[in-house]
Amino acid sequence: MTIQQKKAVSLISGGLDSMLATKVIMDQGIHVEGINFFTGFCVEGHTHAIRKNDKQKEKRNNALWVAEQLGIKLHIIDVIEEYKDVLLNPKHGYGQYMNPCLDCKIFMVNKAQAWAWMEENNFDFIITGEVMGQRPKSQRKATMPIIARESGSEDRLLRPLCAKHLPETLPEREGWVDRDKLYGFHGRNRKPQIALAEEFGFTDYAQPAGGCCFLTDESYSDKLVDLWKGRGTREYELDDIMLLKVGRHLRPAPNYKVIISREEGETNFLKGYRSEFLTMQTLPHTGPIAMIDGEPTQQDLKVAASLLARYGQGRHADNVEVELRAPDGSLSTLHVRPLKPDDVPKSWYI
Amino acid sequence: MNAKPAHHELSAKRLLCPMPVIKTQDKIKTLSPGDTLTVTCTDPGVLNDIPAWCRINGHQVLAKQENEDDIQIKILVC
Repeated sequence: MTIQQKKAVSLISGGLDSMLATKVIMDQGIHVEGINFFTGFCVEGHTHAIRKNDKQKEKRNNALWVAEQLGIKLHIIDVIEEYKDVLLNPKHGYGQYMNPCLDCKIFMVNKAQAWAWMEENNFDFIITGEVMGQRPKSQRKATMPIIARESGSEDRLLRPLCAKHLPETLPEREGWVDRDKLYGFHGRNRKPQIALAEEFGFTDYAQPAGGCCFLTDESYSDKLVDLWKGRGTREYELDDIMLLKVGRHLRPAPNYKVIISREEGETNFLKGYRSEFLTMQTLPHTGPIAMIDGEPTQQDLKVAASLLARYGQGRHADNVEVELRAPDGSLSTLHVRPLKPDDVPKSWYI
Repeated sequence: MNAKPAHHELSAKRLLCPMPVIKTQDKIKTLSPGDTLTVTCTDPGVLNDIPAWCRINGHQVLAKQENEDDIQIKILVC
């Protein structure tokens, strides 16, 4: 009789902790495959892809990179639609900004579990790189059992980096993994993880300063709340939340918002939306582009054009010609005086 | 007897990574070994990400072509 190798699915964010947790379990003879969820708010590469100034930076998807370093398969799952309910109706509320971290973790473990227990996948347990006390909202002693319980994974959820602070899980009780070879990391100090990375010979790994989610970013969260307020609904599509990552966002009046590109890459990106939004560009076509979201009046369009001109090469001129392009491609022009920096109220900036 | 390998096309234009990778992954799930797939994208990030996804999942990149307006990656499903 042969003993079947046990299988674990690991939530791979692309950061160091999930990389370490996966390696710890692989070293115990478990077959591990990675799973990564794309919510639309992931920091991964988007802004680097858009901004020309970032073109020199290496573009890599860290989750794919981690999987390749570990020699495991990675399954990337699009959860954009399902994630809306997590963001809009978080049972456990938001963190400091619009980040529903606890509900997000419950959702992801639940999704990983649904995938893992499928007959064609047939995995035995789930692992995460969570470290107790590391995150104020989701990675606390009080919240870790909530994630296990509400995700439905119960004792099939193993956190190898802080397992020694938690009750034994099924994989430990059954002897699939040796609890003595798991860890008791705790708190925000990263030194134990860095030491373990050295032990494993990992010299290159992602250390995202602001986490891996735009919802933990104050400026991004402000723009998201403004979007909902401006539209009078919290419905959103992927394009809406992508556009919040691009350009300067100003709202001169409740009925419209102006997005102005900050560099060539953003200008090119916004041009991709010309068939859906009214756009403006100063003539000749060398400066930034402005995209108008909302229902502006003719007077509003003059304000928006003056605002755009303030960021163009003709900002010191008395009169600048601005071309307006409607979504149907029809063109018109306005002659405006560029706003001076002091003419732009701080309250316009989102 | 196995069916003759077929060639397939997938457009992932205007999508930013990882969406082109997800679309490629989901399309390949429906294909058979020996089939080929050409993915057309606009995000230069795919030049790293799709080959990385192919390497870890055992598929082979046959060609990468950067055109003026897009990028095409041809994959052999293994």
